[in-house]
Amino acid sequence: MTIFNRLPVGAAKPLLVVLVLMGLSATPARAAKAIQEVTTSTGITAWLVEDYSLPIVSIRFAFRGGSTQDPSGKEGIVNLMTSLLDEGAGELDSEAFQERLDDAGAATRFWAGSDAVYGSMRVLADQKDDAFDLLRRAIEQPRFDQEPLDRIRGQIGSGIRSQAKDPETAAEVAWSKAIYGDHPYSRPYEGTEQTLAAVTTSDLRTLHKRLFARGNLSIAVAGAINADTLKRDLDRIFGGLPAEPSLVPIPEAEPKLGQEILTPFYLAQTRLSLTYPGLSHKDAHFFAAYLMNNILGGSVSTSRLWNAVREKRGLAYDIHSILDNRDYASTLVIGTGTRPDRAAEVLSLIRGEVRRMTDEGVSEKELEAAKKEAIGSYAIASLNSLSAITHTLLEIQMEDLGIDYIERRKQLIQAVTVDDVRSAARRLLSTDPAVLILGAPLEERRG
Amino acid sequence: MMTSEAAAVGDPLEVGNFMLSNGLEVVVIPDHRAPIVTHMVWYKVGNADEPAGKSGIAHFLEHLMFKGTKKHPAGELAAKVAEIGGEENAFTYRDYTAYLQTVTPEALGTMMEFEADRMRNLVLTDAVVETERDVILEERRSGIENQSEQLLDEEVQATLYQNHPYRIPVIGWMHEMEQLNCGDALSFYDRFYAPNNAILVVAGDVDTATVWRLAENTYGAVPRGPDLPPRVRPQEPEQNTKRTVTLTDPRVTMPSFQKSWVTPSYGTAEPGEAEALELLSEILGGGTRSRIYQDLVVKQGIADAGSAYFDGTMLDPSSFTIYGSPRGGAKIEAVETAIDAEIQKIIEDGITDVELEKAKNRFLRSVIFACDSQAGMARMYGAALATGGTAYDVQERPLRVRMVTAAQVQAVARKYLDPERSVTGYLLPRQTVTSGEKSR
Repeated sequence: MTIFNRLPVGAAKPLLVVLVLMGLSATPARAAKAIQEVTTSTGITAWLVEDYSLPIVSIRFAFRGGSTQDPSGKEGIVNLMTSLLDEGAGELDSEAFQERLDDAGAATRFWAGSDAVYGSMRVLADQKDDAFDLLRRAIEQPRFDQEPLDRIRGQIGSGIRSQAKDPETAAEVAWSKAIYGDHPYSRPYEGTEQTLAAVTTSDLRTLHKRLFARGNLSIAVAGAINADTLKRDLDRIFGGLPAEPSLVPIPEAEPKLGQEILTPFYLAQTRLSLTYPGLSHKDAHFFAAYLMNNILGGSVSTSRLWNAVREKRGLAYDIHSILDNRDYASTLVIGTGTRPDRAAEVLSLIRGEVRRMTDEGVSEKELEAAKKEAIGSYAIASLNSLSAITHTLLEIQMEDLGIDYIERRKQLIQAVTVDDVRSAARRLLSTDPAVLILGAPLEERRG
Repeated sequence: MMTSEAAAVGDPLEVGNFMLSNGLEVVVIPDHRAPIVTHMVWYKVGNADEPAGKSGIAHFLEHLMFKGTKKHPAGELAAKVAEIGGEENAFTYRDYTAYLQTVTPEALGTMMEFEADRMRNLVLTDAVVETERDVILEERRSGIENQSEQLLDEEVQATLYQNHPYRIPVIGWMHEMEQLNCGDALSFYDRFYAPNNAILVVAGDVDTATVWRLAENTYGAVPRGPDLPPRVRPQEPEQNTKRTVTLTDPRVTMPSFQKSWVTPSYGTAEPGEAEALELLSEILGGGTRSRIYQDLVVKQGIADAGSAYFDGTMLDPSSFTIYGSPRGGAKIEAVETAIDAEIQKIIEDGITDVELEKAKNRFLRSVIFACDSQAGMARMYGAALATGGTAYDVQERPLRVRMVTAAQVQAVARKYLDPERSVTGYLLPRQTVTSGEKSR
């Protein structure tokens, strides 16, 4: 139920990300779905799914250690460094590098998360050697020349300034500070104009050496490439990196819940979000919590919150609940937007559904449906294109869940009982949440 | 290169295209790589087909289509799709409304049964309609009212199109949405929802013969509706003015602007013109290799961003838009002047062959990459067919883009990007002055 205004935009129901290749040959390629673990002579490991249906190779990788590695006073440097990787490398300046990359036909992206720096490249198979050679330079020998440094720093700075009066940004900043206190998660990943101004070329070089190593690297590859060729290519791209990174240890965050964060703006719609504790992907009860969350608000069109708030009462367009897993914190976040005069009612409806979940848990029938959906959707949404495959395989490696995870996941889901779900609900949802209100103060308090 | 481009958008021998006796056109895009299938029904009706004063009814009906039939009450389809772990959605645009599910091939027949059932048997009550109307009002609040860029864009469109219904926002104007009722929805439904006004697109792990059989058993049973008149909408008068739309908003800190022109679409263009506009947008503002980015962002350093956009898949005249925002202390006027100069340079001196070749490669490569998506392929065919095109047009497009000459790109720039008949939208900060607070 998405509306396209000018550009197609996704909304409450995310647009499909199910990607599958068109067959170019008459030979079905379904047999080639197995995941191979490929290890090179220099000890670089990647997971590979071979597939020759389209002449494309897709690679996605991550260096653990994202913007949480920003030194104090230089916040935003990891993001800035990442944005400069394709702005000149080796003997090629920015202009020459960008031109070669365009000629090589590669769609390349680098981005920084809070816990890792990511990169991806999609290239036509017959042009992969040129493209991979440029990828090697970007990763091993970025130049950080003054012109691109000033330009990209200026763009990021403008981005920060353009958001300075944006209510949603203000709410996000207030929320991060209130929840995470002094932890690096409380800092904006792009830094501030001040901290960016303090960054020098030599800072960027030092950071690059610290962060990019073989020891904190995970790689997923899919497409028209075999294991032997990939081994050779991986050594070429990543083989010159140091063995181990030099990362600053980051403490586990302890999100401060049980508080109210009010960002007062007079908006057409009030945004509400409730943050509860989450749990790690490796926790023995993860899937009990996962299924509980789907029944509560994770599954679009069928969840309890969707029914109570949107379907029955028309009080929201988007209402969702997600389990958010980061390296040093896990949370469960419920979010929605509603008209200001009904915001108090919506908040109390949400609290009511949360209470029902902790008091009564879920029925056998609800759990059975949630299990079917969780198992089926993995095949339909997570593994059906080169992009989706590399995304999923990289996440599994980053979470350290093992190469047999895809098979194991089904059994872990099947094993969950209604009692497990109720204990998970009590464990996560009995805590008083952090409540964010972006908009006018709630109506009931005026009267 | 040519072979893989053409093959990438579907082998003409493999893509099935036929019509049921009740007038439902069917496109089948076989894709046997994985056991999933995308099932879409496209209705040839969008917000440009709405009766006057009922803006938003096409999109509202799209929401109401999930409210159930006598045979399948509300929620049954969602539950069925969830049981498979599939996905379902729907969307409305200017010329079409579409419904889709992505499921396993075994469930295709069931999806067709649901979709064929709600093509004619929708049941609506006032209570259901009123509750869902609140949902679309929330959708408008979050998607438009809360976003200053969207508010400006809405006003720019309303100014750009002086007579054509493309001037009306797809979601509708708030004051008209508030009045939409059950009767409006049903009369729109009865008029436009019928097999002879729809296109079925199936992409995935299924063959044409199976789709044909399943479609006959489900959609085949739906009677043909009355013939609809040709889709003739009020057309644009000759445009002879340069107009501006300005939104000042306290939520904005950095100014930006956009400039738009009415141009032909694939549905209305002379042969080759829409393809040339496609390449013009790539050369002018298609990314970091484009003229606007290279000259304004990199060389002159006066802009932070600059881009161009053209969407040719429309039944009636489309539009061409450029965007720009100043960097640091640069003035917005300087960026606008510099972008105007870039356009003027193309109008006067044209483009180089090297530039053209690189733009074509980029465009055609993106076509191959886009084929990575089964739903994306289904969309490409559905949108083309719902806007007057054919499956053959979709397959031919890469070849036709290949054939565009530098002179053609220069010609469309000269013919359509005339500054004297453009609309410029400015998004500007508003200095808020309240008592006890000084404006800076």
